[in-house]
Amino acid sequence: MLININDFNMKRYKILLAVLVLGTMTACNSTDGKLTGTGAAAPAAGGQENVKDDVSAKDVVKVAAGSKDHTTLVAALKQADLITSLSNAGPFTVFAPTNAAFDKLPAGTVDGLMKADQKEALQNILQYHVTVAAMKAETFTDGQVLGMVNGDNVTISIKNGKVILNNSAVIIASVAASNGIVHIIDAVLLPPAKK
Amino acid sequence: MKNIQSFVICSGLVTAIILGAGSCKPKNAGNAVSGDAASKVYVAPGKYDEFYNFVSGGFSGQMSVYGLPSARLLRVIPVFSVDPEKGYGYSEESKPMLNTSHGFVPWDDLHHEDLSQTNGEIDGRWIFANANNTPRVARVDLTTFHTAEIIEIPNSAGNHSSPFITENTEYVVAGTRFSVPPDNADGDVAINSYKKNFKGSISFISVDKATGSMAIAFQLRCPGVNFDLSHAGKGKSNGWFFFSCYNTEQANTLLEVNASQRDKDFIMAVNWKKAEEYLKAGKAVKESVKYVHNVYNEKTHSATSEIRTEVMVLDTKELKDICYFIPCPKSPHGCDVDPTGEYIVGSGKLAALIPVFSFDKLMKAIAAKDFIGDYDGIPVVKYESALYGEVKKPGLGPLHTEFDGKGNAITTFFVSSEIVKWNIKDLKILDRAPTYYSPGHLCIPGGDTKKPNAKYVIVYNKITKDRYLPTGPELAQSAQLFDISGDKMQLILDFPTIGEPHYAQAVAADVIRNNSVKFYKLEENTHPFVSKGEGETKVVRKDKRVDIYITAIRSHFAPDNIEGIKMGDEVYWHVTNLEQDWDVPHGFAIKGALTAELLIMPGETQTLKWTPEKPGMYPFYCTDFCSALHQEMQGYVRVSPMGSNTALLFSTGKNMPPKDSIGTK
Repeated sequence: MLININDFNMKRYKILLAVLVLGTMTACNSTDGKLTGTGAAAPAAGGQENVKDDVSAKDVVKVAAGSKDHTTLVAALKQADLITSLSNAGPFTVFAPTNAAFDKLPAGTVDGLMKADQKEALQNILQYHVTVAAMKAETFTDGQVLGMVNGDNVTISIKNGKVILNNSAVIIASVAASNGIVHIIDAVLLPPAKK
Repeated sequence: MKNIQSFVICSGLVTAIILGAGSCKPKNAGNAVSGDAASKVYVAPGKYDEFYNFVSGGFSGQMSVYGLPSARLLRVIPVFSVDPEKGYGYSEESKPMLNTSHGFVPWDDLHHEDLSQTNGEIDGRWIFANANNTPRVARVDLTTFHTAEIIEIPNSAGNHSSPFITENTEYVVAGTRFSVPPDNADGDVAINSYKKNFKGSISFISVDKATGSMAIAFQLRCPGVNFDLSHAGKGKSNGWFFFSCYNTEQANTLLEVNASQRDKDFIMAVNWKKAEEYLKAGKAVKESVKYVHNVYNEKTHSATSEIRTEVMVLDTKELKDICYFIPCPKSPHGCDVDPTGEYIVGSGKLAALIPVFSFDKLMKAIAAKDFIGDYDGIPVVKYESALYGEVKKPGLGPLHTEFDGKGNAITTFFVSSEIVKWNIKDLKILDRAPTYYSPGHLCIPGGDTKKPNAKYVIVYNKITKDRYLPTGPELAQSAQLFDISGDKMQLILDFPTIGEPHYAQAVAADVIRNNSVKFYKLEENTHPFVSKGEGETKVVRKDKRVDIYITAIRSHFAPDNIEGIKMGDEVYWHVTNLEQDWDVPHGFAIKGALTAELLIMPGETQTLKWTPEKPGMYPFYCTDFCSALHQEMQGYVRVSPMGSNTALLFSTGKNMPPKDSIGTK
């Protein structure tokens, strides 16, 4: 194989490079063309939810996962592929309906949403429970409108010292998380019907 | 391959690939990089490197941390120079770290490092570093990768022969490069009175086993020469320390010529256990000196700098059985002890051979008083009586040697630009490989300990020339990675470094990585100006001093609106990062600050002193991208003229415009 610089053109150059590179790999590495390289102890694949860290404060996902009253929510977040996003830096405010809140929905609603072909609808509902900003309960004001992750709004009202969302769900407790805050609510928020 | 010469005119890329491909066939001498080099250094995304490599930053004053074999730069640890990126030397807490008996020194020249050892093996707790200009030794904590302590060295100038340690980290040594008149003598003397007035000094700094805390245990007063490098004995020779010295001519000018007169200079063997005995027996003289001891406290997140005024000095001329000189050809530089502790390798910069001394023979010669005389009161052992043998014609300009733990040594040759592997027992040369160009130090993981982990040697070159894309007159500094797992040393990677690399250390990652701290616990924070929650934030005025207790958490400061600061005020921003989460530092910067930013780790409090130079509105913000609303993490501070009646106000989320006057004053 001889390269003549005078009739050298880009196309040939690229082909030649490819041939040489492949030739080098196969001849010397004998690992069917893959550059395997070296390196020890790979961290787990996937998103930040897989980072091994037993000492940091819990993020919103770990807070929810640690509650036995939120198993439906956590299962739904998994089904909707939202665990990775909510394990991120945030800051998030998550309105977290209890299992009892989900049970108040018409029979079969949750099961229906958990079906593969309903993933988008499930994502829409769950994203309606999250806003990007860490908002403590005492910072909410009567009439305040929150823009939620799914693009719709939630309206806050304050009655008798209670924070109520869309006149339907009441914040019954709040838990600080490393990447935001989890407000536990007693009803599921339903986004407005799409036009 | 017979056409290879016609390839010379092709682009460098094509040439490199062809050379790479060609290496699958039997090698010829011209093939510098072989075909499997790429896979040997490739660490896939998400995989960890196998080794930490701590590389001295030379005139940057800092220490860099690389992963090997990928040579990915993981961190630059500020040690002896200010680092505005991290607020080091600018925050009130870190300023005392750079205090010296001369005052605040913002720069130094970090040459050498040694990892702490237990039983002659790297234990991964600390790494020590020297300041070559204003003599100091630093200890870096390897749980935080933070400079934990710096101690100044009195009676010294140019702390080059440092910070080498004993095999259980009992001591870190500091040998002076420049001999000088001692600190308690009048230094205002004629320079050419060197022989009369200038003294050498070797400091033994004790290291507390539990805390790492350093203290100068004693100093050895030595003849006025230049001490260059050193290494402790180990195993059988534990209890001894070996220092190379040059300028035994005692020249005070044009050392290039005048310090190269003698055929042989010395390796100085120091019996430090004997020195300890003399110290205990009260033979040391207490001298009054002035030096500082700076300590960073991880609970207060603050450094303190204390003045020390005494040092215990042992006179090696009087106390005859502490020090012995071994003649060593031609201005020895490197002074390296093999893993068994039996062989001491001296590398004369101008020598055409490498002498290897035997510890056993040295002990016999000392016992038999097999001396050829004395040098300034120190006995000089007969060269042949201490010599094990010489490596003949090894190369030109030997500088430093590391060991592979398999009976071999690898030495750098500055003048002939190569590394040479040789067998310690038979002194035969086994392999040589060119470096690009002119190597100084080299490093094998654990290569100066009892247990080398000899998969690689990293060579730190002094000249780079054409190895990288040019960047004007100042070029990248260069390191080169060789695979030494086989019989032949194989160059597998070039990588640039910060500052100028001198000595380096490397260790298997497992020794260090599992001890790494993820964040500081807020509940353990005892900083006097900490705010452990937003409820504790406040602004306190006392005359002209204003202390702002402020917190940072995703994604706001509390307070973020501050009014009532006045011209002439001295304002201290005490920023506490309330996060208790891995990898969430917050930054703090304010417009016009004549200092730097703060970079505050989770759970930490750091303080920026600020004296506004004119009335007006000063925004401040978080500099370290912390969350999706990082760009919202900001605030304002209003500065009014001196004597104005603007009330002191501070809040977050409460300072709303009056409903009837939005946008007006």
